[in-house]
Amino acid sequence: MARNIPSGPPPPPPVQKLRLRYTKRGRLRFTSHRDIARAFERALRRAQVPMAYSAGFSPHPKISWVGAAPTGVASEAEYVEISVAERVDLVRLQQALDESLPAGIDITEVVEAPLGSNLPDRIEASDWSILLPGVSLDTAQQAVSQFLTAAEIPVERLMKQGLRTLDARAAVVRMSAAGDQDCATLSVVVRHVTPAVRPDDVLSGLRSVADLAPPMPPQATRLAQGPLSETGEVSDPLAPDRPSPEGPGATRAGADLEQVAAGSPS
Amino acid sequence: MPVESLFPRLEPLLPTVSKPIQYVGGELNSQVKDWDETDVRWALMYPDAYEVGLPNQGVMILYEVLNEQPRTLAERTYSVWPDMAAKMREAGVPQFTVDGHRPVKDFDVLGISFSTELGYTNMIEALDLAGIPLHARDRDESHPIVLAGGHAAFNPEPIADFLDAAVLGDGEQAVLEMTAVIRQAKLDGADREETLLRLARAGGVYVPRFYDVDYLPDGRIARVVPNRPDVPFRVHKRTVMDLDEWPYPKQPLVPLAETVHERMSVEIFRGCTRGCRFCQAGMITRPVRERSLTGIGEMVKTGLEATGYEEVGLLSLSSADHSEIGEVAKGLADRYEGTQTSLSLPSTRVDAFNIDLAQELSRNGRRSGLTFAPEGGSERLRKVINKMVSKQDLVDTVTAAYSAGWRQVKLYFMVGLPTETDEDVLEIAEMARDVIRAGRQATGTRDVRCTVSIGGFVPKPHTPFQWASQLDHETTDRRLKLLRNAINDDRSTAKAIGYRYHDGKPGIVEGLLSRGDRRIGAVIEQVWRDGGRFDGWSEHFSYERWMEAATKVGVDVSWYTTREREESEVLPWDHLDSGLDKEWLWSDWQDALAEQDLDDCRWIPCFDCGVCPQMGTDIQIGPTGKTLLPLTVVKNPLSV
Repeated sequence: MARNIPSGPPPPPPVQKLRLRYTKRGRLRFTSHRDIARAFERALRRAQVPMAYSAGFSPHPKISWVGAAPTGVASEAEYVEISVAERVDLVRLQQALDESLPAGIDITEVVEAPLGSNLPDRIEASDWSILLPGVSLDTAQQAVSQFLTAAEIPVERLMKQGLRTLDARAAVVRMSAAGDQDCATLSVVVRHVTPAVRPDDVLSGLRSVADLAPPMPPQATRLAQGPLSETGEVSDPLAPDRPSPEGPGATRAGADLEQVAAGSPS
Repeated sequence: MPVESLFPRLEPLLPTVSKPIQYVGGELNSQVKDWDETDVRWALMYPDAYEVGLPNQGVMILYEVLNEQPRTLAERTYSVWPDMAAKMREAGVPQFTVDGHRPVKDFDVLGISFSTELGYTNMIEALDLAGIPLHARDRDESHPIVLAGGHAAFNPEPIADFLDAAVLGDGEQAVLEMTAVIRQAKLDGADREETLLRLARAGGVYVPRFYDVDYLPDGRIARVVPNRPDVPFRVHKRTVMDLDEWPYPKQPLVPLAETVHERMSVEIFRGCTRGCRFCQAGMITRPVRERSLTGIGEMVKTGLEATGYEEVGLLSLSSADHSEIGEVAKGLADRYEGTQTSLSLPSTRVDAFNIDLAQELSRNGRRSGLTFAPEGGSERLRKVINKMVSKQDLVDTVTAAYSAGWRQVKLYFMVGLPTETDEDVLEIAEMARDVIRAGRQATGTRDVRCTVSIGGFVPKPHTPFQWASQLDHETTDRRLKLLRNAINDDRSTAKAIGYRYHDGKPGIVEGLLSRGDRRIGAVIEQVWRDGGRFDGWSEHFSYERWMEAATKVGVDVSWYTTREREESEVLPWDHLDSGLDKEWLWSDWQDALAEQDLDDCRWIPCFDCGVCPQMGTDIQIGPTGKTLLPLTVVKNPLSV
């Protein structure tokens, strides 16, 4: 009985919830999600962010992750939510945390989460850019059209449960190719389904329907993730959290902070 | 000449290998110095996977000590997994450092830290991947000096063919002195032989090629003698005396990849004089030198600020023995009250004082596990190994832990100790049962558990057991099975007792490498040629590969392992001086056989083990009588 209650007062409750957008660039793309999570926890401590903690014998800082790009894949649009036990200044928090994180994990935006709103619900699809060094635009375009005309493209992936087959085609909302003779770039919008269809699976699909075999390792980058419009566009999931000129809302920290501040009634 | 980073050639390989982040570098507090602004350059290697090697304190300390010198550069390299090694060979990418991704071959020194002998095949693999000739005799001025350090360097004879040099003991001052000698040798245009001679003559550096080994017709060593003038007959170990003057690491490395120790460590003292006769670490690191209470406080503070870790390990060979451990625990727990920072003592003694300490230390954060190490199953055997803990002590201590809220403790024992019988081992089961029964009674619940964890005993050089016969693996395995049956036989406690052990075969290979001589080098090389790597990992280790290799090169493994040595035998490491007097070691071995215990020289008069007079050192312990002042609390810089 008594052993399940740690001595001392419970940790202070959260008073503010923040949404952070961050990147995973360059060499940091080789981190796994767990690596990022550990780096974040330590950076939060070094930056002295007054985190709210869970109660119990093993208190954990209140951090919730929204999706996560797979190991080896870069991203310009990753999201995490944190809860703090003291209200913080968003601009200073962004600066302090960004300085504490390794170069490549960069905090690009911090907003306050309005009560009762749910970020994971807004994440419906991702916009990927996949660089194919050594693949010509013609070859890529041909492969793309073959991919898009297929009704179903079963691909295999090794997961914790063993080799699983999933349909790479069904989750792809749109796909196009650009580039030149030496290097093509695919632009792909993929709906978030379970199990997730990842850039690797799309490439497996292209190999399976069109024998596309890049001579050098492709490099995938998530450009955006968020709500999916009817026209197949991925929009900004933090847009609803930003203060609008029409009414008061949460403050926002970011590159264009001054503009937002100037535009809001004070 | 600038040395180019190999990263552009490495990067295309990374998406195709497991855990690529371990090869990327960029750890917090790591640094990449300008190659051309330095003139002595060290590649420091821990010969195991990154996840094991990165947290190694020895490498971290030397990395920082060397890099603090303006004209000296140090980078780190670790063993690459076999999947990566295959890709590197295919693409022609050599062994690289993780800091600047520079080729290991281009450094002046490749310093390898051996905590265990099971890293020897990984050293050969790294040399081969680096493009450095495996044998020291085949290297020229363009190759790094291959240097061994760490506990296994106290008998480097099995790897003498592959080494240019070895350093015994504490490395902090040794690496700086070596750097100065190498710098001067480079300025003078000295050749490889001359540089090594200078190092050997400067003292404290063992250069195997300058010593000849003669053998008797029966295979024993006749003598080991220097073959150059002015090279010392015996090479002495190095001892750092004032730990407060060496507060390293100041800026501990924090990796992105997951590693085996996710915490910051502060070494609270070095050395141990408890005198456990099986313990090589306790013998070769004498005397005890404590870091002061205030020195510890300062290191914890700077380390936490530099890393963001939420756990601090207070390291030493027996941390509860620090003369001011109570004040350390209370002072730190007070300082970090309410900050979710937990403190832990990785090695614990069997007495109730420990439970109070553990409670104090876990006051602010996560509660760590408790491990107690009676080591020997019977009272008689504990006298043989000089681990003076009674069964009642253990039952009382563990019961106190259960009463204080712990529900699970780990008990560590060894099997294969000298003079051990089946009965000694079976007493382990009895001890575990008594612990569970007492725990149930004290807590009024059946919800108490213990795990019995067994390690196989391997006789080590520079210990009283260096003459002992190692138990053969068949008997080890038979005793392990007897013990398992005995634990399972009592149905009322069987489910509350966990049982963990390893079979006896890896211990025999470790024994061969620990007490081997120069003739063992051929076995190690053969094992590597037959594909042996990562011998410390059960999924990579192959006993058969080792035995076949020994047969191929004509080495009788049992002669090195299960054979008991006589007092008069010249041991392969006799010319390497750990400070311990060989006569004292022999008399302690005789005391062991007579089941005579010996107390700790911190609280009884000196018993002449030889270390202090030989090395010009002395015990350094407190109490200092000082206290840790609270840290000043300032307003959170981010709050509004």
